[in-house]
Amino acid sequence: MRTRINEYTARATQAIRSEPEVRESVTGATLAFDRKRRDAYTEVDADEWRRWAEAVKNHTLTHLDDYLTQAEERLEANGVQVHWAADAAEARDIVTTIADDGLVATAVKGKSMLTEEIDLNPALEAVGIEVLETDLGEYILQLLGEPPSHILGPAIHKSLQQVRDLFADRLGSAPDGDPDALAEAARHVLRDAFIHADMGITGGNFLVAETGTVALIENEGNIRLTTSLPRVHVALVGIEKLLPRMTDLAGFLQLTARAATGQPIGCFVSLIQGPATQPGDDGPEEVHVVLVDNGRTDVLAHPHAWEALRCLRCGACLNACPVYRQTGGHAYGYVYSGPIGSVLDPGLLGLHEAMPLPFASSLCGACFDACPVRIPIPELLLEWRREAQDQGLTPWKERAALAGLASVATRPGLYKLAGRIGARLGGTGAARALPMLGEWARERALPKPSRRTFRELWREGIE
Amino acid sequence: MNVALFVTCLADHYFADSAADAVRLLRHLGCTVTFPDAQTCCGQPAYNAGRNPEAVRMARHTIEVFEGADAVIVPSGSCATMVKKFYPRLVGEATALADRTWELGEFIVHRLGVTALGDGLAGRRVAIHQGCHALRELRLESEPEVLLEGAGAEVVPWEADDECCGFGGLFSVKMSAVSAAMADRKLDTLPPVDWVVSGDGGCVLHLKGRSRARRLGIEFVHLATALWRGVAGDGGTTARKLAAPLAQPAAAPAARDR
Repeated sequence: MRTRINEYTARATQAIRSEPEVRESVTGATLAFDRKRRDAYTEVDADEWRRWAEAVKNHTLTHLDDYLTQAEERLEANGVQVHWAADAAEARDIVTTIADDGLVATAVKGKSMLTEEIDLNPALEAVGIEVLETDLGEYILQLLGEPPSHILGPAIHKSLQQVRDLFADRLGSAPDGDPDALAEAARHVLRDAFIHADMGITGGNFLVAETGTVALIENEGNIRLTTSLPRVHVALVGIEKLLPRMTDLAGFLQLTARAATGQPIGCFVSLIQGPATQPGDDGPEEVHVVLVDNGRTDVLAHPHAWEALRCLRCGACLNACPVYRQTGGHAYGYVYSGPIGSVLDPGLLGLHEAMPLPFASSLCGACFDACPVRIPIPELLLEWRREAQDQGLTPWKERAALAGLASVATRPGLYKLAGRIGARLGGTGAARALPMLGEWARERALPKPSRRTFRELWREGIE
Repeated sequence: MNVALFVTCLADHYFADSAADAVRLLRHLGCTVTFPDAQTCCGQPAYNAGRNPEAVRMARHTIEVFEGADAVIVPSGSCATMVKKFYPRLVGEATALADRTWELGEFIVHRLGVTALGDGLAGRRVAIHQGCHALRELRLESEPEVLLEGAGAEVVPWEADDECCGFGGLFSVKMSAVSAAMADRKLDTLPPVDWVVSGDGGCVLHLKGRSRARRLGIEFVHLATALWRGVAGDGGTTARKLAAPLAQPAAAPAARDR
C-alpha cells in the first residue's frame, strides 16, 4: 500500500486548521470509548489480566514457528485450505486465485485491517469481482472512497449529519434519520448482498493452534453472515495472531472486548472450525486461511519492536491518545495509525518510510495504560527515535541544538552564563530568531523568563 | 532533614520565584535546603529526542553533582521522572540517586508525612493539571489534590485534568499545530477557577503560552507557589514575612514503603 506517512505533520496541521468537524467527531467518540474501557478495566483485575495476556503473547511469539506448524496441521485436519503469503502481492494473488477457481463474481467483506494493509479490494475489483464492505463504518467509507481512520471504528471521523447526508443521497433514506434508521437503510442493501455473494472475506482476531480455530469478534452480525452464507470463506490472518490453546482464547476474547469497547465480550463471536462437511449442513463449502507475513518476521527479529506484535488491534491506544484525538487516523497516512501505528509502521515498512511517526507523540503514556497486552509504546517510540537519530533521519538543526545543550549542560560555568544571557534576551524579539522558539511562538505567547534566575535569588538569600 | 534542591533548568530560568517558594516551603517544614551550584539540566530534551549519548553525559553530570545528598527534591514531575525512571535506563550507577530523588509533592506527602498546610488557600477555587510523567511514570495522582486541600483550597473537578497538555518538549516545536490543539482541549474544558495549579513548569509554560495567545486570562500557578501561599497566608507580602524557617522539624516522617 502506498503510504503518505511522510506528510504527517502537514496533513495533521491541515486537518486541525480546516476540518474542525473531524476533530470534534474523533474527540467525542474516542473519549467515550476510553471511558468505557476504563470502567470495564476496573470491573476486573485488569492489571493481572494484562500481565497474563502479555505473557501468553510473548510465549507464543517466541515459539511462533512451532505454533504455526501446529495450526496448519489442525486447520488442514479440519478441512481448511491453508495458504502462506510472504508479502502483500502474494496475499492478493492467493485470494484472486481462490476467487477465480471458485467462479466468484461477488464478495462480501467483514472489517479487516490486514486486507487494507495488503490493498485487497482494488486487486479483486481489477479482476472483475464486486466487493462490498459489510461493517457499517467500512460501508460508509466504501461509499465515500476513503480509507479507515481508526482500527476499530473506521468511520469515527464522520459525524451523524455527514452519514445522514450520504445515505440520503446514495440510499434514498430520510434526510433526518436517526442512527437506527440509517443502519436499517444500510441493512437493506447488505442483506441482499449477503444472500447473493459467492465469497466472504474476513480477517481473524485469533487463530488457536491446538484446535485450528479462527476466532472473530464483532457487534453487528455482519461477520457471522459473511462467514456462513457465501459458498467460499477466506480468512486472512497475520502470523502474529496465534494463540496456543482454546483456554487462552477464552481470556483473550474477554480482554479484547473490554479494551476495545468496554464490553464484557463482543455481541458476536464466530469460531470458524472448517467448511460444511455433510450436504445440507450450514456453512461454506470451502474455507481458506491465508497466513500473511508482510514484514512481520522482520518486526519479530527487531530487538525492541517485536513487542508491538502482541497487538490485538483493539484500538484502545488510539482512544486513549490525545495526539490521535486531534486529527483522527488519516493524517498518519497508513492503515495503522495512532500510538500503535507509530511503533508498528516503522517495523513493517522501514523507518525511513514511517518518519516522522515516532516523533508524533508527547510521550504522555496514556497508551500504555490502555493497552491490554502492555506494549511499552512510549519506550518503543524512544527506540525508534534513537534509530532515526543514528540514521540521520532528523533535521540537522535539531541534532546540533541538542548537542549544544549537552555541551553547555556539562559545563556549569558556561551554563550559568548562557542562562543569564537567555534571561536578558528571552523577553525580547530576539528569542523568535531561535529556530525552536520561533516555531513555538506562532501559536503561543513566548514565555517570559524570570527577571533574575533562581541561582541569583539563591545567592542573594531567600527569605 | 537535609535536602538538596534540583531546581531544573526550566524553573531556574522561568519559575525562579516558584523555586524560591519551594525552598521556603521546605524550610518551613523543617528541612535544611542546599543548592549544589554545579547543577544544570537533567538531559530530558536529549533523551526524549533519542539523543542518548548527550543524555548520558548530562545524566552523569547530574549524578556527580548530587552525590552525597540525603534527598534530592525536584519541583517538577517530569524532571524527577528523568532522574528516577530514565537515568537507570541510561547509566548503570544511577539507581542510588534515583532512590533518593523525590518530586516536591511526593516528598512532602510521603517522606515528610505532611498533608495539613493550614488554611491560607481558603476560598480559592483551583483546578489541577496532572503532569503526564508524575501521573503515569511516578504514579503520583492524589498528592497535589491532597496538599492543595490540605492548604484550604477547593479543588474543582476538571474533565481533562489527566490529559496531556501537548507540551512534550520538542514535540511542541515539531508538531506545533497538534500540540496547540491538545492545549486547546485542556483550556476549552477548564471550569471557572482562580488558578490552574501544576507541579510541572513545562506544562505551565505551554498552557500559559497558549492561553495568553488566545487572551483567555487564565492564571497558572506552580504547585510550590500555591502551597507556600497556603502556608504563609494568601498573598505575597505575608508570605515574605513568614518565610523564616521554623526551628522544629516536622512530625516524625513515616518512611514510605516503595
